[in-house]
Amino acid sequence: MRIEDKLFLNGFTPDEQGGSHLVVTSPEPCRQQCAALGRPCTTFCPARVYAWEEDQITVAYNACVECGACRVGCPFGNIEWRYPRGEFGVTYKNG
Amino acid sequence: MQPEKFEAIVVGAGPAGTSAAYLLAKAGLKVALIERGDFPGAKNVMGGILYTRPTEEVIPGFAREAPLERPIVEQNGWLLTADAAVKAGYRSAAFGQEPCNAYSVLRARFDNWFAQQAVEAGALLIPGTLVEEVIRRDGKVAGVRTGREQGELLADVVIAADGVNSILARDAGLHEEWMEDQVAIVVKEIVALPAETIEERFNLEPGQGASIEFYGDATAGMLGTGFIYTNTDSLSVGCGALLSELVRTLTTPYDLLERLKNHPMVRPLLAGGEEREYMAHLIPEGGQRAVPRLFTDGMLVVGDAAQFCNGLHREGSNFAMVSGKFAAETVIEAKAKGDFSARALSGYAERVKDSFIMKDLRKYRDASRYFERHPAFFGVYPEIASAAAREFLTVDGVPKRRKQWKILRDVHRRRSLWTIARELLGALRVVK
Repeated sequence: MRIEDKLFLNGFTPDEQGGSHLVVTSPEPCRQQCAALGRPCTTFCPARVYAWEEDQITVAYNACVECGACRVGCPFGNIEWRYPRGEFGVTYKNG
Repeated sequence: MQPEKFEAIVVGAGPAGTSAAYLLAKAGLKVALIERGDFPGAKNVMGGILYTRPTEEVIPGFAREAPLERPIVEQNGWLLTADAAVKAGYRSAAFGQEPCNAYSVLRARFDNWFAQQAVEAGALLIPGTLVEEVIRRDGKVAGVRTGREQGELLADVVIAADGVNSILARDAGLHEEWMEDQVAIVVKEIVALPAETIEERFNLEPGQGASIEFYGDATAGMLGTGFIYTNTDSLSVGCGALLSELVRTLTTPYDLLERLKNHPMVRPLLAGGEEREYMAHLIPEGGQRAVPRLFTDGMLVVGDAAQFCNGLHREGSNFAMVSGKFAAETVIEAKAKGDFSARALSGYAERVKDSFIMKDLRKYRDASRYFERHPAFFGVYPEIASAAAREFLTVDGVPKRRKQWKILRDVHRRRSLWTIARELLGALRVVK
């Protein structure tokens, strides 16, 4: 089962108005130093929120399952991390 | 307008926070339980096994009413290689008789029920509300600021039960950011299967449950585990590894899960099942060394937020509940004295220290680091165990004693007996 299909199983309430709760602070570490490390956020994020596209990290915050791994795992502390605002984000039926 | 004032504000309606809120409300305190999910449990994830006795300490008789899945009568550990499993397990009729040792639960259901008990005891539940930071007054924590308009709430004491990401304790300066080897990422799926199918596959009486923990190939050699827990009409299937291992190896956790689900020893257990939900969660794995300062003026830290988790025994919800109970007891004492200073709240840390929470964290304080430095336990040792068992159980006319010598020679060829002895002793030392 592909990750897209896994995420499709979940209930999400996207925060269209508030925008992304995850922000890559500066594009430079991702372009430069992190290239040699393989840009691990694009692999360890369990919801594949982060992708390397056209020379920058894209943030598909609407798929975020709010685990916090990127906050701890970014080798350059380059992700400004918040929970989504109340009433937004993932809602589990089972958990 | 003056913000509303409570005697206690509990942030986070998981097992730690709800235990605290429930006991404080029962003791007659004016308590608010703030939860960022639409309902308690909406954001909450664990494997998950709930242990009966620690839960009984907080809410006696819960098993009669709470939404539980199955009592766990059988626990298994499987050491996986690519195409084999060395299995160990324990099953007991006692585990199936009340009070059962443990139950599988689904947190979205259990936490919601549990928080409802706190509400019935008198706590004010405020769902759908994110707490963003603590409010300080005169150098003390005096409340919280939520994301809502005019969202300030004041309290004599704030209990930070906001989970592994531990926003409030960090904001209050009780710890820095976790290191990447102090948390694990676990991903999990709910795979629906009919109850009878589950009972047949796991050899269970109707309504009873089993658990399997997977080691070795389950995490592609990384420090971590996989698991299957039986729910009423679904399986919880998951796996995870230390974040530092995932960062280093550039492994994707969902690929790891697919790999486990398709493992030849695991696949038949899941056959025909339908995936219903996918989730991910950080597990505090820092052990004793990562435990932050547990209290400050006007604030206590409980549960995952305090790194209370014993990964080796997959215990966490019990630590959460008991720490929530300790926090409530401490706050009730503090209220009687009318003193919520750090000194008055220090009894909480004493209670934690004198309990199984700190004793177990202390016992295993070096375990995670040792196994991270000795990846053989997740790679070559499962292979050695499998090869030895296969050789010994293969009937081919070779006399058994010769087989034993052959096994020993083969083991030595894969890893010297000296190294094995040294590593096993080392492992024994960190778990003894």
